[in-house]
Amino acid sequence: MYGPLNVNPLKSKGGKTGSWRTLLRPHYLHKNCIACRMCLMICPEGCVQGKEKNAFTVDYNFCKGCGLCADICPKQDIEMVPEEAKEEEK
Amino acid sequence: MENSLLFRPGHTACAGCGQAIAARLVVEASGANTVIANSTGCLEVFTTKYPDTAWGVPWIHSLFENSAAVASGVEAALKYLGKKDSINVIAQGGDGGTGDIGLQALSGMLERGHDILYVCYDNEAYMNTGVQRSGLTPFDTNTTTSPQGVQSSGNIRPKKPVPEICAAHGIPYVATASTGFPQDITRKVKKALSIKGPKYIQIHVPCPLGWRYETEQMIAVAKLAVETGLYPLFEFENGVIANRKQITPKPVEEYLKTQGRFKHLLGNPEEVKKIQAVADSNILKYNLKAA
Amino acid sequence: MKEFVEGSHAIAEIITKTNPGVISAYPITPQTHIVEDLAQMVANGELKSQFVNVESEHSAASVVLGASATGVRVYTATSSQGLFYMQEVVFNIAGMRLPVVMTCANRAISAPINIWNDQQDSISLRDAGWIQIYAEDNQEAVDFHLIAYRLGEDKRVMLPVMVCMDGFILTHGMETVDMPEQDKVNKFLPAYKPLYKLDPANPISMGLLADPDYYMETRFAIQETMKQSIEYLSEISAEFKSVFGRDYKDLLVEEYQTKDAEKVIVAMGSVCGTIKEVIDEQRSKGKKVGLLRIISYRPFPYARVYEALKDVPKVAVLDKAVSLGAYAPIAVEIKAAFYGKKKGPKVISSFVAGLGGRDITLESIGEVLRRLSTKEVNSDFIDLKPELLKEEYGE
Repeated sequence: MYGPLNVNPLKSKGGKTGSWRTLLRPHYLHKNCIACRMCLMICPEGCVQGKEKNAFTVDYNFCKGCGLCADICPKQDIEMVPEEAKEEEK
Repeated sequence: MENSLLFRPGHTACAGCGQAIAARLVVEASGANTVIANSTGCLEVFTTKYPDTAWGVPWIHSLFENSAAVASGVEAALKYLGKKDSINVIAQGGDGGTGDIGLQALSGMLERGHDILYVCYDNEAYMNTGVQRSGLTPFDTNTTTSPQGVQSSGNIRPKKPVPEICAAHGIPYVATASTGFPQDITRKVKKALSIKGPKYIQIHVPCPLGWRYETEQMIAVAKLAVETGLYPLFEFENGVIANRKQITPKPVEEYLKTQGRFKHLLGNPEEVKKIQAVADSNILKYNLKAA
Repeated sequence: MKEFVEGSHAIAEIITKTNPGVISAYPITPQTHIVEDLAQMVANGELKSQFVNVESEHSAASVVLGASATGVRVYTATSSQGLFYMQEVVFNIAGMRLPVVMTCANRAISAPINIWNDQQDSISLRDAGWIQIYAEDNQEAVDFHLIAYRLGEDKRVMLPVMVCMDGFILTHGMETVDMPEQDKVNKFLPAYKPLYKLDPANPISMGLLADPDYYMETRFAIQETMKQSIEYLSEISAEFKSVFGRDYKDLLVEEYQTKDAEKVIVAMGSVCGTIKEVIDEQRSKGKKVGLLRIISYRPFPYARVYEALKDVPKVAVLDKAVSLGAYAPIAVEIKAAFYGKKKGPKVISSFVAGLGGRDITLESIGEVLRRLSTKEVNSDFIDLKPELLKEEYGE
C-alpha cells in the first residue's frame, strides 16, 4: 500500500491567503510607474504580476497586505488603502 | 500574466516574511532546472503543508540537520545519471539548521566538493519554534531562551561566523546578502551557480514576528543592519575576500531602535557601546568604510 | 561460481553486481571491510557507482535518502552506534517510502563500548518501518541482498530493507559462497525504475508536513504493506529458487527438526548454526529437539510461528538482545503469537545469551535446553560469570 505522499505543484491550489488581509491593501496608481519591477521582486507571496509601465497588478486572492511593495516603490506609485475600499479593486 | 511559478503564492508565511522573499528570489534566479533540498524550519513548514506545495521545482525535505547531506545524495545521483551539468542543486535552511544542528553536514558537503549551492536564510533565531536563540543570534538579543532580565541583557555570545567557517574550507564562493537589497541576492545566486563546486550564500532575512517590527519596515530594518556594519555584505572567492559593500557607517542605535528584540538596550549606553564595538570590528575587518 | 571468501568481501561483490548508482557509508567496526572493498571496486573501475565518503552515519543515510529520491538504486552499511546515529534518518527513509538497502553488521551497543557481536542494534530499530531479514551464514547474507533489492523496489512494497548479519562471525568469517553470476542477477533483479523521483521534467515535492488530518494514513499504509510483504517474500523466494536453485522456502522462518520435537529453540542469525549442531547431536541420542529460525523479523511472521510451534510442548526463545526492564524482544513476539490461541506450547521460556560478543558455545545451547523445564523463565541470562558478579557487583 503506497500512499499519495508527494505533491505535484500543478495540482496544488494553495490557500487563498488574501483572506488574511484585514486592514490595508495595496492600490497600484498606474501613474508614475517606470517598470523597475521592485514591487514584484519584494513581494513575499509572489503574487505581483506585470512587465510594462503602469501595468503591474496584484492577485488579491493571495496578497496578505504586508505593504512592502508600497514601501519599496521608488515612485510612490503604490498606496496602501483601507480594506473597505472595495471599489478600488480591479 | 501569471503569479510566480517556481515559488507559488498561497503559502502560509507571515505577512511580510523576509525569508519568503529571499527564497523566491533564490529559486527564480536558479530557474526551473533546479532541485532543492530543504531543512526543517519555517520555510519548509509554510511552503509544504500537505497537500499543498509552493515549489514549482523538484523539492525534498527530510530532516532538520541534513539538507546538505540529502543534497549531496541528489547531486551524486544526478552525476551518476549524467544529468548534473544541466541541473542546479540547492540545499537550504535557516540559521539554526545551517550553523548549529546542520553545521557538520554542511562542512561535510563543502569538504567533499559537491557542486551544490547552500543557502542559509538567517533570521537570527529559531523562529519556527518560537524565537529561541541560535548560534547566529547577535549579542544582547532578547529571545525566548536568552531573555532580558535583571541578570541579563539578552544573548550573551556574539554571532557565530558561519560564512567565514565556510570560506575556511577554501570553497570557490561564499557570500552574504540581505533582503534589503533584493537585486543583490539575484546577482549573487546567479554568480554562485555559474561556478562549479560548493558555494555558500547567507541571506539576512528579517522576521517581523521574532524581531518585533511593523511588517512594512522590513526593507528599512534590513538596510540598517548593513549600513551600521552589523551585517556586512561581502564575497569570498577561494577563501579570500573579493568584494564588500562599502558603507558610510551609521550608529548602531539607529538599527537597534527599529526592533523590539533590542528595545531593552536603548536606555543602556554600556550595552549599546558593546554592540557598536561589534560593528566597528566588522567595519575594520572587512574594510567596509567608503573612501 | 563457488568462492572461498570473507563475508564482507562477498557482500561487496554482490552489491557490485546489483550496480547501485550511489553508495555512501561511514566507517564503523565491523562494517568496514564491506565498504573498503566497495571503494576499491570503484577505484578499480569495476563499479560505476558514485561513492560518497561522508562525515557521519547521519549523513551516510541522508546521502542515500537523497540519491534514492532522485531515482537511483543505493546502498549503505553500518553497525551499532552508527545505526543509532542514523536512527532518525532510518525512520525518515521508511516514512518517505524509499527502497534503500542497508547491511547491518550486528554489534553490541555502548556503554560500555564493545565492538563485538550481538543483535541489540538492529533489533532496537525494529519499529522504524524497515523490512529486516537476518542471515545465518554468508551464502544467505549474499542472497538476501539480492532479495532485499527485489522486495524493497517492488512497486507493491516501496520500503527500505535491512539485511542483518552478525558482526565478525559472518562479516569477518571465511566461508565458501556460491556467488551469483551477473547474468542471473540481471534476470532476477531488473534495473530500478522509481515510481517518483526528483526530476525537473516533472517537478514534485517530497517530504511534506502532514498534520493530524493526514499523518495516520501514512503509518497505516506501511503497516499494511508490511503485512502483505509476508506473501511477497514467499513469492520472491520462489523466483529466487527458479533462477539460482537455492530454496529459502517462505523466507520467513526455517524449521529444523521441529515436526515431532518436544523442545524447540527459537533463534535468529548465525547462532542457529551452533544450535543445529547441538540438535543433530541430541537427535542422535534420541532426544526430540528442534530449531525454529526466524529469518524475517520485520514483518514478523506470527502465523508461520504459530503453525510451526503449536504442537510443541516446550519452547526456548534465545535472544541476542535485551529489552531492559521487559521481556526479551523475540520472546515477546513468540508469546504474542500464541496469546488467546487454543493450541500452543505449555512453556515459552526466554533466554538471553551472547551479549557483547560472549561466545555462544555448544555448551551454552545445552544449558538452554537443560533450563527449559516445566517452570517458565523470562530473560534468563546464559553464561553469566558468578565470580565477576560477586567481585565487581557485590552480588
